[in-house]
Amino acid sequence: MLQLSNLYKTFNKGTVNEINLYRGLSLNVNNGDFITIIGGNGAGKSTLLNLISGKIDPDEGAILLNDSDITHMPEFRKSKLMARVFQDPSKGTCPSMTILENMSLAYNKGKAYGLSMGANKKQVSLFQELLSQIGIGLEDKLHTKVSLLSGGQRQALSLIMSTMTSPELLLLDEHTAALDPKTSEIIINLTEKIVTEKKITTMMVTHNMHHAIRMGNRLLMMQRGRIVVDVHGPEKQDLTQAKLLAMFEKAGCEDAVSDRMLLD
Amino acid sequence: MAQLLDFSINVLQMGLIFAIMVLGVYITYRILDFPDLSVDGSFVTGAAVASVLLLNGVNPFVACVAAFVAGLGAGFITGFLHVKLGITNLLSGILVMIGLYSINLRIMGKSNLPLFSNETIFSLDVHPLVVIAAFALVSKLLLDFLLSTKLGFLIIGTGDNPDMITSLGIDTGKMKILALMLSNGLVALAGSIMAQYQRFADVGMGTGIVVMGLASIIFGETLFRRVSIMLPTTMALLGSILYRFSIGAALNLGLSPTDLKLVTCVIIVFALSAGNAHRFTGVKRLLKGGLANASIK
Repeated sequence: MLQLSNLYKTFNKGTVNEINLYRGLSLNVNNGDFITIIGGNGAGKSTLLNLISGKIDPDEGAILLNDSDITHMPEFRKSKLMARVFQDPSKGTCPSMTILENMSLAYNKGKAYGLSMGANKKQVSLFQELLSQIGIGLEDKLHTKVSLLSGGQRQALSLIMSTMTSPELLLLDEHTAALDPKTSEIIINLTEKIVTEKKITTMMVTHNMHHAIRMGNRLLMMQRGRIVVDVHGPEKQDLTQAKLLAMFEKAGCEDAVSDRMLLD
Repeated sequence: MAQLLDFSINVLQMGLIFAIMVLGVYITYRILDFPDLSVDGSFVTGAAVASVLLLNGVNPFVACVAAFVAGLGAGFITGFLHVKLGITNLLSGILVMIGLYSINLRIMGKSNLPLFSNETIFSLDVHPLVVIAAFALVSKLLLDFLLSTKLGFLIIGTGDNPDMITSLGIDTGKMKILALMLSNGLVALAGSIMAQYQRFADVGMGTGIVVMGLASIIFGETLFRRVSIMLPTTMALLGSILYRFSIGAALNLGLSPTDLKLVTCVIIVFALSAGNAHRFTGVKRLLKGGLANASIK
């Protein structure tokens, strides 16, 4: 479904801070895959999502989505084909608009934005139903401005909004990292529910190894712009922390020690 | 009494003409968060286009529409410089403002264009206030309507959180250009009405328009912020009238018209800093309880 072939990306080219992040990165994502991606800081996890979503351009290589080349497509065009939830909860919603207005905007994705009424009153019951499945009472706050919501509430709303139109590809960029453990758990459960129900091909970057092991059908471990561990199928289902750590060490990850600390 | 009535009508007329301009500035300054200085130029462009057309015997209402369209063009250039050529928002506005000065002179042919006996929108058999109020209200209601539509939501969202609008598959650059066009269109329309009202267009009549617009917006917001059901465009409209009122009052108190720009700046400084009142707690205490109470640390 999504093919990354032979991607090259260098940051700060020609300066002392030059970083050759990707030197021929390739990845094949199958339809319906739910991939979790872990790795230390600077491993290139978020950059990978940025390349796919078009936030940054690769220097070389190609990105194919459903066999069409989207390598250098502008970000807003690519956005029509995929959805994304950011780490920063304020990035997925418009703060000065109400929940209803935000959801109406998102519900219209892919259609024309013309001169018909912006707030979609006809879909109120659908919006309330979608919100009630989170179980944090957002369905009673349709007319509340999003700027008055907490980070967790905004992130839940962002997730609902980005998946409302059933995108083909969902990119989750550490979308629970800025939340407290309890809220993070709510968002993770909601993510699992939506992705399974709607069968959306998903790539989720996370710092939480429990989530990476528990969720999805495939796990990637990245280090310095390379994919060093790629677990899928039955092996992924039987994965435990101990097995994963052993794989890290076998792959020669110097970060394995610090990653082990993440588990505690 | 008659003097007071004259004064009030005059203030209302000026306030409502400028209110159309203030609505335009509101779009860029508040919705888009884009400090657009090109309005200083497009206000005159509107006046110049309308005046030249009137001198050539064109219907005054057609002249107003032409002025609006000229404003759309000016806004498009500002947007193009910023969005497509990557020039910062402030500089894009300044460049267009300066460039328009020459263009306005070209349109007018000389620096001052009097409209002696030409037909204007005020030649109708109704009080000028009615004509002005109609223009201001229609502009406001159309803007209110636009901002409640899906397209309007995109414009609001572009100022609010461009990442979110991009994620919907929308080019925020286009939205910015659209909003800038609309803003400058309204400002040029205000300029064309102003020229007809005072019966001349002058190449210098746009100086300080953006500051005047900001002052009116801030005035309106500071006074009516707590009225939660009031639309921001209504606040801008009332702010414009109140601003004109205070200027009129300052003139009546014997201030010279040439001092007005300084007065405007002082008003803005006070209104903006009033929002940061916590910085003045020492001063407040001083005012309340005298020196002994102040204890500024």
